[in-house]
Amino acid sequence: MSPIIELKGVHKSFGTVVALQDLSFAVHAGEVHCLLGDNGAGKSTLIKILAGVHAPSKGDYLIDGQKVHMTSPRQALDRGIGTVYQDLAMIPLLSVTRNFFLGREPKKGWGSFARFDVGNADRIVVKELADIGIDVRDPSQAVGTLSGGERQCLAIARAVYFGARVLILDEPTSALGVHQAAMVLKYVAQARNRGLGVIFISHNIHHAYTIADRFTLLNRGRSKGTFLKSEITRDEVLHVMAGGEDLRQLEAEIGQLSARRA
Amino acid sequence: MSEAMQTEPPMRKGLGSDSGRLQRAPLLTRALRRPELGALSGVILIYAVFLVVAGSSGMFTVEGIVNILSVAAEIGIIAAAAALLMIAGEFDLSIGSMIGFAGIIIGLGTTVYGLPLSISILVALVACGAIGAANGYLTVKTGLPSFIVTLASMLVLRGLAIAVTRYTAGYTQISKITESDPDSSAIALFGGDVGQGIFRWMAEAGWIATKANGLPIVEGVPVSVLWWVGLTAIATWVLLRTSFGNWIFAVGGDSVAARNVGVPVNRVKIVLFVLTAVSAVLFAATQITEVGSADTLRGTMKEFDAIIAVVIGGTLLTGGYGSAIGALLGALIYGTVQIGILYTGIDSDLFKVFLGLMVLMAVLFNNYVRRRATQER
Repeated sequence: MSPIIELKGVHKSFGTVVALQDLSFAVHAGEVHCLLGDNGAGKSTLIKILAGVHAPSKGDYLIDGQKVHMTSPRQALDRGIGTVYQDLAMIPLLSVTRNFFLGREPKKGWGSFARFDVGNADRIVVKELADIGIDVRDPSQAVGTLSGGERQCLAIARAVYFGARVLILDEPTSALGVHQAAMVLKYVAQARNRGLGVIFISHNIHHAYTIADRFTLLNRGRSKGTFLKSEITRDEVLHVMAGGEDLRQLEAEIGQLSARRA
Repeated sequence: MSEAMQTEPPMRKGLGSDSGRLQRAPLLTRALRRPELGALSGVILIYAVFLVVAGSSGMFTVEGIVNILSVAAEIGIIAAAAALLMIAGEFDLSIGSMIGFAGIIIGLGTTVYGLPLSISILVALVACGAIGAANGYLTVKTGLPSFIVTLASMLVLRGLAIAVTRYTAGYTQISKITESDPDSSAIALFGGDVGQGIFRWMAEAGWIATKANGLPIVEGVPVSVLWWVGLTAIATWVLLRTSFGNWIFAVGGDSVAARNVGVPVNRVKIVLFVLTAVSAVLFAATQITEVGSADTLRGTMKEFDAIIAVVIGGTLLTGGYGSAIGALLGALIYGTVQIGILYTGIDSDLFKVFLGLMVLMAVLFNNYVRRRATQER
């Protein structure tokens, strides 16, 4: 099966800073592809290339096997690539419905008299959220009143509703408690089962390992390889993420310090 | 998409959403979510107070009420536009100077250049609209606070108005504007009264005082009151029932997030700056057609009156939350207190003291409401 989106030999540099080197990466329908790497590994740059914010300096970006050149997030959106950023692009004081449809309000009536069809919008939101197990008591309540997990799910639901085939989730569980994170992970699994491709960026190995079908490990702008879940253990993932050798050295140094105290 | 959903086992309810524990928000909570609540209780409170202290003083006669409404309408016209701008998170301190400037354009156009009054008003609308757009453009392009940008245009416009008038007309007041074009339809459109028939009938019935010739002392409701209510209705409709309204809230709530989902943030802001400028021209037009003259100092401090009405009306100074109906109520409170105090026998110098305290109370209340509205439940 051919991937929905694919990067081949992508380079990206900003002036003299090389953010990504010779990176290849693919996402298939119906799988969660987890992107792991320390700060500065190039995760953000990769996401931004996929989301159409940056164009690669070298290399190819393919969607459905076709080479594309995108210059704005809108173009990525139109091709079915939905990005849920860490800050969620949600406005706390605005109601659930108004946030959901912000920028793409459903209209009623014609011509310049077309108005925001609030009633219909409310119904759609309540239904979409009920489908994923979130019971909004009142779609006119402010988004700020929702829990972190509910907010995250709302942002994902919005991307899916507006036709995303690939979801890019930037640290979707990092700010959440156990309970809330479980809700989000369940919803991500559900979206995958419906045939969406998911790119899941995380620092949390427990969340990542639970949900992922495939891992790509990034380090200093290069890929350390892509692995199926069956090919790699949790400890191995952790080892690569934490920088392996660095961590062992750190352990030794701290061991010495502790010994000195005793 | 939804069909595929149904083949999925439904997610167990209650996980994370806590749906079992929560019901529909109680009436009080829902009422607290409305930005107008504070202003509405303010109106009720103030009328209760005035009924007690000035109930028999003539404040609540038709005359008194018309007086209150005409003061409120002036403030309310600019407050309706200022409310939209402030919900979008920006200020326009140039409204007052814009009123003076528009008045000068209308006055000079009609008296010095011999234009029909309605054409002069049109010229003022175009000129001030362009200045409003410039305010907006400078704000979004420089990223400076609009407070500073419009503070500059407030000074520039006032200075220009005085200089231009002195240079062209020789003095800073322009009189006999309506006399230059007495048959203009603009006079009825902006400065007339409505409901004269009803008022005459009320006078005959003895409900309102009459002049020696038998005509009522107040001939009707100033047409500016209709402008005020009409503009508020339109602003409310735009806010609550159009995409543009949704964008206004979003721009004020978090302009970065709004931009991320494709809201044309800069365009929204510029349009709103144009609207406040246009409302200032409307203010000038109603005043000129009513009194017949213009003065370079007209509109001084009106920008603050507009902000006061908007804030009392429940709009957050930081943007993202508020209402045009609230601004209408705020303007009504302003007019009621300003006129009402004359009837109470209290020193009318204390008007500003009341106003100041009221603004303070309103802001504290608004902050409390915002905390309530966004509390995680």
